[in-house]
Amino acid sequence: MSESLHNERRGENEKRLGLVVSGSLSRGVEVKLDSTTSVEDIAVGRYVTIEGEKGRFLGMITDIALDAIDSRLMTNPPEVSDPFIAEVVAGTSTFGRVHVQPQLTLGGDVSSLLEGPQSVKTVPAHFSVVKEASEQDVERVFGQVEEKQFWIGTPLDMEIKVRLNPTEFVKRSNGVFGKSGTGKTFLARLLLIGIVQENVAANLVFDMHSEYGWEGTSEEGRKVKGLKQLFPSKVAVFALDEESARRRKVSTDFVVEVGYDEIEPEDIEMLGETLNLTEASAQATYRLARHFGERQWLERFLALEGREELNELAKALGEHEATIAALRRRLEALRRLRFLVPHARDNAIQRILEYLDRGINVVLEFGRYDDITAYVLVANLLTRRIHAQYREKVERAMGEEIAKPKPLVITIEEAHKFLNPGIANQTIFGTIAREMRKYNVTLVVIDQRPSGIDEEVMSQMGTKITCLLDNERDIESVLTGVSGKSELKAVLSKLETKQQALIFGHAVPMPVVVRTREYGSPQSYKELGFREAIELKKEAEKELEDLWG
Amino acid sequence: MSKIGEIIEASTSEFMAQCYELHQPPPFGSLVKAREGEIEIYGVVCDAATTSIEPGRHPIARGREEAEEEDVFRSSPQLAKLLRTDFSALIVGHKEGQKLYHYLPPRPARIHSFVYVCDAEEVEKFSQSFDFLSILVAAKGQADELIAASLRHAAQAQPDPRRFLVIAGKELAVLLGAEPNRLNTILRRIRR
Repeated sequence: MSESLHNERRGENEKRLGLVVSGSLSRGVEVKLDSTTSVEDIAVGRYVTIEGEKGRFLGMITDIALDAIDSRLMTNPPEVSDPFIAEVVAGTSTFGRVHVQPQLTLGGDVSSLLEGPQSVKTVPAHFSVVKEASEQDVERVFGQVEEKQFWIGTPLDMEIKVRLNPTEFVKRSNGVFGKSGTGKTFLARLLLIGIVQENVAANLVFDMHSEYGWEGTSEEGRKVKGLKQLFPSKVAVFALDEESARRRKVSTDFVVEVGYDEIEPEDIEMLGETLNLTEASAQATYRLARHFGERQWLERFLALEGREELNELAKALGEHEATIAALRRRLEALRRLRFLVPHARDNAIQRILEYLDRGINVVLEFGRYDDITAYVLVANLLTRRIHAQYREKVERAMGEEIAKPKPLVITIEEAHKFLNPGIANQTIFGTIAREMRKYNVTLVVIDQRPSGIDEEVMSQMGTKITCLLDNERDIESVLTGVSGKSELKAVLSKLETKQQALIFGHAVPMPVVVRTREYGSPQSYKELGFREAIELKKEAEKELEDLWG
Repeated sequence: MSKIGEIIEASTSEFMAQCYELHQPPPFGSLVKAREGEIEIYGVVCDAATTSIEPGRHPIARGREEAEEEDVFRSSPQLAKLLRTDFSALIVGHKEGQKLYHYLPPRPARIHSFVYVCDAEEVEKFSQSFDFLSILVAAKGQADELIAASLRHAAQAQPDPRRFLVIAGKELAVLLGAEPNRLNTILRRIRR
């Protein structure tokens, strides 16, 4: 105590916050705040450095508490109306305590300077001094961001750019979570831009609400540019709904049609929940396929008219009449989907693969088919086949020692419809999420109810980026398998509703709360590499000039 | 430096001195010092009393016929010789060579050592550490009054008295962590 008093006298503790007084590696350390530090100046989620005896620790504030030297003070508070007495008791009789979760050690010697920050394996000694982390310290952890590199945001109260390690990011499946209206779409768009800009993978985006491809809308209703406008040569927009695309003046590269002959019984099985199919009628589709033939079953089944024909079919299949009738009724819903045709003019899967092979990112806009049936059907159907092709390519690459295909990142929204515990074992998305990078295909799942997603899938995710969540079960599920879970919980539930996200996992060296970078202004587009037509023309002219002298 | 009295009783923790001037003891809570060879012993004045020089003979009232209080002494000049003023000081530290120690000296002061009142500069130097507060906190009798008085006294010698009192108060808040009522009492007596 007298040490700190001396410091106070000499005025040497400008950024000093307090001292470590207790703690453990698993639960983090308790820090008693100096009397000069007001608890009200501290915020959960901020970084602090702890000067240990041998090295420095970098940690995150995860909780803040009030404490008093004696419990009698609570029942008989001192006369704090007197400023003198208030000043005396602050920090001595009554004081603030913060809980810090050490994340990394920053060694002072040469070897640790070269190795960079290491994860913590111990705690700082008693009464180590705790200070606000300087920007340099935090920058050392997240690394400097070069001009062309993509960054996602800045830590709280700092001007440092936080960068996700792009190669690490696309190696595993990732999740973007947050309750509605907290900026999931914004974040996901930024992530996609990052992947395109860093050119580490090809994207395939199932764009349910047509937010990513050409343009989207911000929370305030402003229009913001989508991927295609930023990177016209690197992004192709595929549309399911040509009319809607035309109305929205989107330049589409391809209009996707799905033939009845491409729909397999598995695809219908995945729709079980959304179409409200019974187990029996879902199984009946397999018999139908055997009966009518793989490529014709759906068309021919939907062509049947009248009760007699259906009853006859039921008899032939050995199914209950009611089952067949119910299945027919439910599948009638597919007729509403105009992109479903008896036979597609062009093979959408082949087209998508061609684009992806050339390193062009594909965004599939659903237009007005933004209901869950169409989304689940198309996403499943396309992904299954694309994944199969990728798998084949990777296996061939392993056998013949040729280059593996470029990593593919598939983005899906409403992920709990694909990855809920009931079906996660069967859907292709469950497979991709679990087998990770084996076949160079990973997912970015966007969801507002992470608790609806299978636990195993959640635990396999490499990096999770989460905006504010307030449902206890959702928070619990996002933090499954994370060390320092209860501490991060406090941080997560205190995020602001906009423009803030907690990022943790493989792509960042330690959990970080970021204020996401601004997106939507001309300046932000420019920073992300967008060039107006006139600039592009000038650049081309310059290149020509350079070429011909 | 003014000599104010002479030690007539001494132990390692306390000494008593008789003032040279009747009715003029150093203020309660002020810092005084006495020499013991090479050592200077510091004490905080914790008590003062004026009594008859003979314990058995009590003064009697003499002023019925006088108009002013001073006239009592003027008409009986022997009185000044029959009364004495003594004060006690609680020892709070000592100085050996140039170094200050805020704890008890190795030996008590000698009888008939002179006692001096410390000047502002010395008070400021001595009160750079608050280690002596723990001695005052443990003092018998009116410890809280004594602490408050000594801090008020020391504060006058500081460039920033309020800041000094705040830091002293914080030190007390720790020392009296388990006795919030005592802390409150003292703080109310030193607030400014």
